[in-house]
Amino acid sequence: MQSLTLPFIAIAGLAVLGYFLAKSRALQVSEGDIRKLVSLPSQHALNAVLATIVPAVAAILLISLYVRLTDGTGSWFFQFVVIGLAVTGLALSLIGIKTETRARTFAERWILGLLIFASTIAILTTIGIVFSMLFETFNFFGQYDWRDFFFSTNWSPNFRGNSDLGIIPLLWGTLYISFIALAFAVPVGLFAAIYLSEYAGPRMRSVAKPAIEVLAGIPTIVYGLFALITVGPFLRDYFAAPMGFGQSASSVMTAGLVMGVMLIPFVSSLSDDIINAVPQAMRDGSLGLGATKSETIRQVVVPAALPGIVGAVLLAASRAIGETMIVVLGAGAAARLSLNPFEAMTTVTVKIVSQLTGDTDFASPETLVAFALGLTLFVITLGLNVLALYIVRKYREQYE
Amino acid sequence: MKTSLLAADARTKKRNAAEARFKAYGFAAIIVAMLALLILLTSVLGNGMSSFRQTYIALDVALPEEKLDKSGVRDLSVMSKVTTIGYAPILRNALLDALAAQGIETELSDKDIGNMISKEAAATVRNKVLANPDLVGQTVSFDVLASGRIDGYFKGRVTMESAALDGNTSPEALMIAQALADAGVIETKFNWNFFVWPDASDQRPEAAGLGVAILGSLYMMIVVLVLALPIGVASSIYLEEFAPKNRWTDLIEVNISNLAAVPSIVYGILGLAIFINFMEFNQSSPLVGGLVLTLMTLPTIIISTRAALKSVPPSIRDAALGVGASKMQSVFHHVLPLAAPGILTGTIIGLAQALGETAPLLLIGMVAFVREYPAAYTPDAGLFGEASTALPVQVFNWTQRSDPAFVERASGAIITLLVFLLIMNAVAIYLRRRFERRW
Repeated sequence: MQSLTLPFIAIAGLAVLGYFLAKSRALQVSEGDIRKLVSLPSQHALNAVLATIVPAVAAILLISLYVRLTDGTGSWFFQFVVIGLAVTGLALSLIGIKTETRARTFAERWILGLLIFASTIAILTTIGIVFSMLFETFNFFGQYDWRDFFFSTNWSPNFRGNSDLGIIPLLWGTLYISFIALAFAVPVGLFAAIYLSEYAGPRMRSVAKPAIEVLAGIPTIVYGLFALITVGPFLRDYFAAPMGFGQSASSVMTAGLVMGVMLIPFVSSLSDDIINAVPQAMRDGSLGLGATKSETIRQVVVPAALPGIVGAVLLAASRAIGETMIVVLGAGAAARLSLNPFEAMTTVTVKIVSQLTGDTDFASPETLVAFALGLTLFVITLGLNVLALYIVRKYREQYE
Repeated sequence: MKTSLLAADARTKKRNAAEARFKAYGFAAIIVAMLALLILLTSVLGNGMSSFRQTYIALDVALPEEKLDKSGVRDLSVMSKVTTIGYAPILRNALLDALAAQGIETELSDKDIGNMISKEAAATVRNKVLANPDLVGQTVSFDVLASGRIDGYFKGRVTMESAALDGNTSPEALMIAQALADAGVIETKFNWNFFVWPDASDQRPEAAGLGVAILGSLYMMIVVLVLALPIGVASSIYLEEFAPKNRWTDLIEVNISNLAAVPSIVYGILGLAIFINFMEFNQSSPLVGGLVLTLMTLPTIIISTRAALKSVPPSIRDAALGVGASKMQSVFHHVLPLAAPGILTGTIIGLAQALGETAPLLLIGMVAFVREYPAAYTPDAGLFGEASTALPVQVFNWTQRSDPAFVERASGAIITLLVFLLIMNAVAIYLRRRFERRW
């Protein structure tokens, strides 16, 4: 990091210098009459500044990457290259200043390049996500048989070695919790959306809609704490313990219900949009035939909106599967294959957190398994998202 | 069979009943959602409001020279050799004196009475003495922290029954505390230190504060703002105004909508693998946290910026192009300023999301126990490179402690976090209302 200070100061200095030099040189070639110039002096100046900064900073980024990849150290040679690039850019842009130079076009090319670079960061992020997990996952499967990972029903990591790292109990917990969450959120969210878009008056809408949207703005750690200190003990004392289902405050039910609350606004706002997109003519036709409002909704509006609603549910499912803090605080840490919803179970995300926090050794399969879990999670949620977006997009085109 | 249009027949009644039922389901769903919100907020507020108040004992502490500075020359290097263990008996004696002055008699051992004072208090007094060595030899009034159990008693968390089963306190101690409170020596007052002090160890929940967490969150928000806003706006401008319709831009678009739905923990893995293991930035530093949150926030900012750019009518662009502006000038001089309120609103909402995000920060090591306030820049650690923690992570940290007093702290931290979010969202709504233009 130290070696970057000097080049940055040099580049900044050269840029400031370039700004004034280019301006005065443009005035000089115009012989005091700027109407002779094709581009304004300030555009020449902008071009000089960009020509000084952009290649040099790009070089710094590339060189840093190269140094990291080769495990070398930054040397004076790299600093020389960077500062040399800045000086060259400055000199070339200054030499290029003539009355007929189209400095605006040149400056804008630099800017367009920057814009394109910014828009590729989204792609780079995805590549980064995939590669960061793929690489370590390969390492993991080099040490641990992939068949055991995908098909073993036992999860018991042991930091002295010989661990059982089967994903099935984790997937089971994840799916069970997501199922309960969706079983709660989908009816509530859907009915709330139907009521708000079809029945509620403007006053009701103006109160209920923001209130439901507040639920969406609450951070998941708040839901997690809610599960831990309120919902968990409540379910244990009033349901699980009297009915003989167990004594655990953290359970599938706790995490599922709280996650369901979190998903309500998600389902309801997406379904609301979709229901509103159903053309009014379809409702009018049904009402005109003598159907009641609820019959219209059940037999005309909802079937017409169904693909979109399915898309919304899939998106909610992908949210539920990837949710972390609620399950970390509400579901427990024991990997278990059980049907009892009042028992503590664990999920893929909980295990990613527990394997990657604290003392980690990036050579042992117990740590590396987190990357395999992450990749599995990423693939599942990506699949759900792509499917959902495809359905929603397809459906939208239908009525446009 | 007589039928009348005025009397509903059985089938109509059934259909009407179904209608009423259906409507009731919808209404019930709304009620359930609102009720959930209400219970959530009351639970957090009910548990956390008490963390904003703290119990203090007002003591006149005699600071004897023979204990604190034997040499008598007030040399700081010598005086700092007296550790907090040396200060604890001084505070205990002060409390015993206060008991005697109030005429309170007890069978409790001196040690148990000393335990009524927080272990943090000795460190506070020591710091004050070291900052001002002239205090030695005088009797100075201090408001010292009461221990967590005494504090809990005045907040209703600790009762006589629970104290009887507790190894750290006893009903007698609570009775003394009550007597001292009646005499005005013990007082529960607003706890400003909660927002200033750093985290404290497991044994002293009464001294735990949010100082480091708030600072860390602030640093991360600065990083996110400085990186995500320009990158997000630049990439939206390219995609919305310049990009040709082809496979590559399609790919970027699909990519962005997918990135918005990637689970946040996956970004944590990315941060761990790329920023910490590969680029070797410092673990648990706000820089790494900020970078991870930047990548997470980018899709949100891009999506809202594109919506804002799209809402600027094409006539604005055409007018600019018509008087000789280049495409780039029309965008930067005309479209962008008009879209600015929408962009700003989207950015604030994105920042609010980032502020509440926890899971990825756990993976990059921000769960560490940090008591030192992180500096924004140090020559060793670089910009935002010192270990730190963050508000939501601090909440998680406190939920993992065994002392129930930390639950109160965690809820108090949540309230603080929610207040910050409320302010940010209110600003966003205000900006939208104030500057939104409809064409």
